[in-house]
Amino acid sequence: MVEFQILLPAILNGLTTGAVYALIALGLTLIYGVLHIINFAHGSLLMLAMYAVFFLHAGLGIDPYLALPVVVPGFFALGYLLQRGVIARASHGRDENILLVTLGVSIVIENLARYFWRSDTRTIETPYSFETVDLGVAFIAVPKVVAFAGALLVTLALWWVMSRTDLGRAIRALAKERQGARLVGIDVDHIFAMSFGIGTACVAAAACLLLPSFYVSPGVGHTFVLIAFTVVVLGGMGSFAGALIGGLIIGVTESLCGLYLGESLGQIGIFLIFIAILLFRPTGLLGHRA
Amino acid sequence: MRRQLLAIVAFLAAMALVPHLVGSEFWRNWVMMALFYALLGQAWNILGGYGGQFSFGHAAFFGTGAYCSAILHVHYGVNPWIALPAAGMAAGLVGAFIGFLSFRYGLRGSYFALVTLAFAEVLRILANTVPITGKGVGLLIPLDPGAANMQFADRTGYFYLILAFVGLALLLTLWLEHSRFGARLVAVRENEDAARALGVDVFRTKLAAITLSGALAGLGGSYYAQLFLYLDPGIAYGPAISVEALLVPIVGGMGTLFGPLLGSFALHGVSELAKLAFGEAAGLDLALYGVLLVLMVMFMPNGLFGMGRTTLARLLGGGRDA
Repeated sequence: MVEFQILLPAILNGLTTGAVYALIALGLTLIYGVLHIINFAHGSLLMLAMYAVFFLHAGLGIDPYLALPVVVPGFFALGYLLQRGVIARASHGRDENILLVTLGVSIVIENLARYFWRSDTRTIETPYSFETVDLGVAFIAVPKVVAFAGALLVTLALWWVMSRTDLGRAIRALAKERQGARLVGIDVDHIFAMSFGIGTACVAAAACLLLPSFYVSPGVGHTFVLIAFTVVVLGGMGSFAGALIGGLIIGVTESLCGLYLGESLGQIGIFLIFIAILLFRPTGLLGHRA
Repeated sequence: MRRQLLAIVAFLAAMALVPHLVGSEFWRNWVMMALFYALLGQAWNILGGYGGQFSFGHAAFFGTGAYCSAILHVHYGVNPWIALPAAGMAAGLVGAFIGFLSFRYGLRGSYFALVTLAFAEVLRILANTVPITGKGVGLLIPLDPGAANMQFADRTGYFYLILAFVGLALLLTLWLEHSRFGARLVAVRENEDAARALGVDVFRTKLAAITLSGALAGLGGSYYAQLFLYLDPGIAYGPAISVEALLVPIVGGMGTLFGPLLGSFALHGVSELAKLAFGEAAGLDLALYGVLLVLMVMFMPNGLFGMGRTTLARLLGGGRDA
């Protein structure tokens, strides 16, 4: 039995990572819920946002957290245009074509990154990168605490938008019944693009929260997107609360598996949970029957 | 059926001439790799195109075939020709296992796609940790040229081997199109509930399809191992192979006999074009490949085969809109 003093910090660390996973998964689950597609470009958009944060810091000296008000709207616009200008236009509304288009988009983004910025792993250093907070039972790095709080705040904001605004109502209507939504006068193309934009904005927020403690490289998106898929399935496709809970569970699982099984086998726990959930409860913890 | 069989024979005969007629080593290799991806695409096509079950993890089968053949050869001294059917069977078994678990619980659509993705990922992590695969360092197959070892000093042998595999896959698909099993599979794709109501055993049909598809992809893996004589977990179980396996038939035309072949040559041509355009600039060629992929989908939403058929029908004055 591992001592409590080791176990507790591992769990707390897992929770902070899990919150960021949840944030990335939130964008994915929103796009899946509305458009009914698995967005393959999600990971590369995350990578792009991380580079944006990196260069804002390296070039202009902007702190990653202060970059939030710039990067998030910027990526919202990028996502909106991407859906409206490329994905909708190229896919003719057919699911397998949407899949191919998002795959194509991710290939383009990733390889342009590889061309312009090389495959180097880059990190940034902030004054607080190595600071820790004493939570009484364990020391946790400051960036991780901020990421945890930030991810929760963004989730809360998103929940507010979805449940309290006209935009949120339109998105939910579209997710439930495409034809009906069109009949009552919802601009379907616009709302699709808005959903994609919000999903991309989530990823941008995650990038700002991640960078003080994580590296960026052209392939970094893969690490997160597979886990984000897992979180989405675990929580139930299209469910926000599910994505949050799923993210936290996955974060803790990864942390504990790493502790018990070692680094290289650590991630296997995530995928075993993933497979088990898909097999025994494919609607996820909080999902509705499809 | 006779016309299709004739087309297959004509295609194989034309391909068989390539090593003799094409002087440049580069283009012979190009055709060979296009055939290799056509084999993977044809494997995917059986499950995805005819059965309507989209797999995002065909690397699970490809990698298992590759590792099975390499491990038997390197660690147990088994002749690659004997390891070949074993590799196919092992990959088929992995297919049956994944299929049994996921179809039993009625996973469809995106859920099935994600579970295949997850299985490939689990196998990649396992291959990275167990010693028999050589872990992350990879597995080197000792060079020992000779047809008896499935290693051909001049590449012509490899060419005919992959051509034979592609021929096998084409004939298998042709049989599928005209067999009761194929009819059941297409019925499942079109409407699972209706098929069940008509007395089709949906579970067993899908299970047979994924096993067959996996075995075919496993043969591809075995071929890959003998051709490049090196394997690592990223090559064998990484997402690149899974993506190629599904791009090829979707671009070419899903659920058609010649779609994967068409798609493979087209995609391979596009990627070669992109390489020619940008030469050494690493990354730019693949970026252009991505752009061309999006454009292809934009302007040929029914796949190359679908477009060919519509154009042909229009030219012949049939006026039938697809």
